[in-house]
Amino acid sequence: MGFEVTVKEAPSMTLWDYAIASALAKGEAIDTDAPSQLVVENLHAYFGRTHAVKGLSLRIAAHRITAIIGPSGCGKSTFLRCLNRMHEVVPGARREGRVLLDGEDIYAPAVDPVEVRRRVGMVFQRANPFPTMSIYDNVVVGLRLNGIRDRRVLDEVAERSLRQAALWDEVKDVLARPGTSLSGGQQQRLCIARALAVQPEVLLMDEPASALDPASTLKIEELARTLRETLTIVIVTHNMQQAARVSDSTAFMLAGSLIEYGPTAELFTRPKERQTEDYITGRFG
Amino acid sequence: MSYAAPAGRGVPPLPAESRVRSGRGGDAIFRVLLTVFGVAVIVLVAAIACVLTGAAMPAIRRFGPAFLWTSRWDPVHNIFGALPFVFGTVASSALALLVAVPISLGVAVYLVEIAPPRTSIALSFIIELLAAIPSVILGLWGIFVLAPWVRSAVEPVLSAVLGWLPLFSGPQYGIGLLAAGIILAIMIIPIVSSVSRDVLRAVPAEQREAMYALGATRWEVISRAVVPYGRIGIIGAVILGLGRALGETMAVTMVIGNRPQISTSLFQPAYTIAAVLANEFSEATSDLYLSALIEMALVLFAVSLIVNALARWLVARATSHARAAR
Amino acid sequence: MAGGACDLPRAGGAVIVLGRQSARRRVTDRVMGWVCLAAILVAVAPLASVLGYIVIQGASALNWAFFTHLPAPVGEPGGGMANAILGTLTLIGLAACVGVPVGILGGLFLAEAGDGRLGWWIRFTADVLNGLPSIVVGVFVYALVVVPMHRFSALAGGLALGVMMIPLVVRTTEEMVRLVPSSLREASLALGIRWWVTSLRIVLRTATAGVITGIMLAVARIGGETAPLLFTAFNNQFWQAGLDQPISSLTVQLFTYSIAPYDDWHRQAWAAALVLMAITLLLNVAARAAGRQRFTMGGR
Repeated sequence: MGFEVTVKEAPSMTLWDYAIASALAKGEAIDTDAPSQLVVENLHAYFGRTHAVKGLSLRIAAHRITAIIGPSGCGKSTFLRCLNRMHEVVPGARREGRVLLDGEDIYAPAVDPVEVRRRVGMVFQRANPFPTMSIYDNVVVGLRLNGIRDRRVLDEVAERSLRQAALWDEVKDVLARPGTSLSGGQQQRLCIARALAVQPEVLLMDEPASALDPASTLKIEELARTLRETLTIVIVTHNMQQAARVSDSTAFMLAGSLIEYGPTAELFTRPKERQTEDYITGRFG
Repeated sequence: MSYAAPAGRGVPPLPAESRVRSGRGGDAIFRVLLTVFGVAVIVLVAAIACVLTGAAMPAIRRFGPAFLWTSRWDPVHNIFGALPFVFGTVASSALALLVAVPISLGVAVYLVEIAPPRTSIALSFIIELLAAIPSVILGLWGIFVLAPWVRSAVEPVLSAVLGWLPLFSGPQYGIGLLAAGIILAIMIIPIVSSVSRDVLRAVPAEQREAMYALGATRWEVISRAVVPYGRIGIIGAVILGLGRALGETMAVTMVIGNRPQISTSLFQPAYTIAAVLANEFSEATSDLYLSALIEMALVLFAVSLIVNALARWLVARATSHARAAR
Repeated sequence: MAGGACDLPRAGGAVIVLGRQSARRRVTDRVMGWVCLAAILVAVAPLASVLGYIVIQGASALNWAFFTHLPAPVGEPGGGMANAILGTLTLIGLAACVGVPVGILGGLFLAEAGDGRLGWWIRFTADVLNGLPSIVVGVFVYALVVVPMHRFSALAGGLALGVMMIPLVVRTTEEMVRLVPSSLREASLALGIRWWVTSLRIVLRTATAGVITGIMLAVARIGGETAPLLFTAFNNQFWQAGLDQPISSLTVQLFTYSIAPYDDWHRQAWAAALVLMAITLLLNVAARAAGRQRFTMGGR
């Protein structure tokens, strides 16, 4: 089942349009009835007096990739950080509203944020491997935190996570080297492996490839598509082509509010809101 | 602390040649004047080194390097060995570090990672106030408050619990190596903790975030990400504290007992290089006596120079590293 | 939180459950937080004790005689430390004659021409000088001044303290002068005012408050020094006879009294500690308060 591609009246197809068309031509069924892994209900987030996220509600489908796009400063990173309770680490930050992970509010008073963060992992904009640890130690640090010391288990998980992050072949002989001795793209994949090692259910990616070269960027996007089978992924990106290539659903945010949310193909070809259309056609942002 | 000129202020440099003709002479003289006074600092330190070496020469020639490991200090017979003082200096400083470093680290961690910002500022100020107390006043407090407390509360307990160790054996005077170590610890806590605090502050936020995002508790973030990242700078802070402890004079001489002996017990009195200089310098009867004292001052000068330079270098590396990594 | 357990392969194929965070980690986190708080309390306790004792013991011993009388002969009660107070002030004055000009001009050099190798070395040496044990400075001045003069003197003491002032004043002066916006200097030069006049009368004058702050902090530091005075200025139980004579000081007097066996002297030592501490604290707090103002004013 494919979608109708409406080519806009333009003198020629731009690279942009090709990207959309090719994404759609993959013809994958977008299953809008997939179970929701994360349900956000009326989320507000503040930094002191600044109201960064305004009453956002949406459902993030399990085993899908959801992209959050929007101009800089629209609150997409803040929103992302509310999903794994990283927002509250900043002094002066607060939030209202609920975020349900498998039906339970992660902000309930009895819930331990440490546990939430293990189940909802995060990859940051700039790769941040721990410089005082080797590649191996970086990958297994999450397991060690949880008290797992058995070398055989650690080895197995390390290999598996590095394979999942498509890094194993490149580092399997140099696991003792410091984490920072790798290239930028490799460091980011190391951070992904590190996040995967603790077996999260959801992986949040905050502009993971924005500091990388195009080749590494594509590798990361490929990675995201393969990880989709085992995890739910939410990716924030300012690169619309990336969102189009990679994601199943896309949410467009503007000035802290959710403007539109829907299957990626629809959002990019037949946006319902005027603002969405303005953004994706490059009229601002 | 870096010794390069602070960047980014764009102070236009003093011209080698003034473009305004009538002022040329004035500017040239000014430049020379400034340079002279700038260089004066270097000349001063060089002068100290030279004067000390010169005055210590008689003793150096007489005793040679054995001076440092001879343990007999006998002014009457003109035999001088610095070992008891070296021992006292090293032992009291080591004890001070042992006590002060964990406390200072705890203070720094609390100030940077745990305390709310306003509390942190207020507490930092209070702890720095400790550094402003003159050494002689701390010594006064040491004689009348600390030493009696050590004798009545600390030494009995240590003796009861760990008395089988030679370290905690023997008569309990209060005054002695233990009191000196404690008072030195009190004096170096401010500098070790404030430099450590700066080092920990310089750790990039992304390191903490990476640890939090993996599901670590606050303490795990501190102990596994923040402190390891700053370990070089913290070592620098500790060495700075060591440098301060080695040269401390007044507070130490007032509570250490001033007896030139080497003993295995912390309860015993001892003597440090700085203390013997303070006490015996003005009473040195012979030239050789004086020269021997000055030789010890020279040793103190050299050690302090090396230790301080090393410490500053480590701290500069740690704080600039972190700045560059951002 | 229910659910969320994830399975890890155990070597050999069986399963390990990575379940909820163990209570141990939570307890450790909380306990270590308290340990760090305890560290702060342990660090602050001596401060509280020292200040407490100074205030209590010192206040009870402080009287008018303390400020006006000379020390009584050994063993006799009464007397005061008037000469010591005057002595400390004299020594600070002498020290400033050495420390302030060298410090300011040296700092000015670093700010204006200190961007190269020489500047680096000067800063490094100033740091070394700052870290030197003060007793070593005393020995230096002894060998340089006391020996040729064949006597202890206020001049020697002043010189020793002055040497210790230099690195502090150099650093703060450099910092303060660098804070002056370069636009001010350029405006002055553009008016045809000569460089050295610009430096002294415009730049330095703008930085004056900050420089004075630095000097106050340096004075607070040397006012409390004892070791370098022990064999340069020595001590004097009477009024200052001349600058080439030994001179009394609060710190040396405090030291002498506190190690002596007389209770009356001990009481006077506490009184001296109170006076000294009060002056030091006042200077420190005033300097920091002024310094904070400076920063907001200089940030144009």
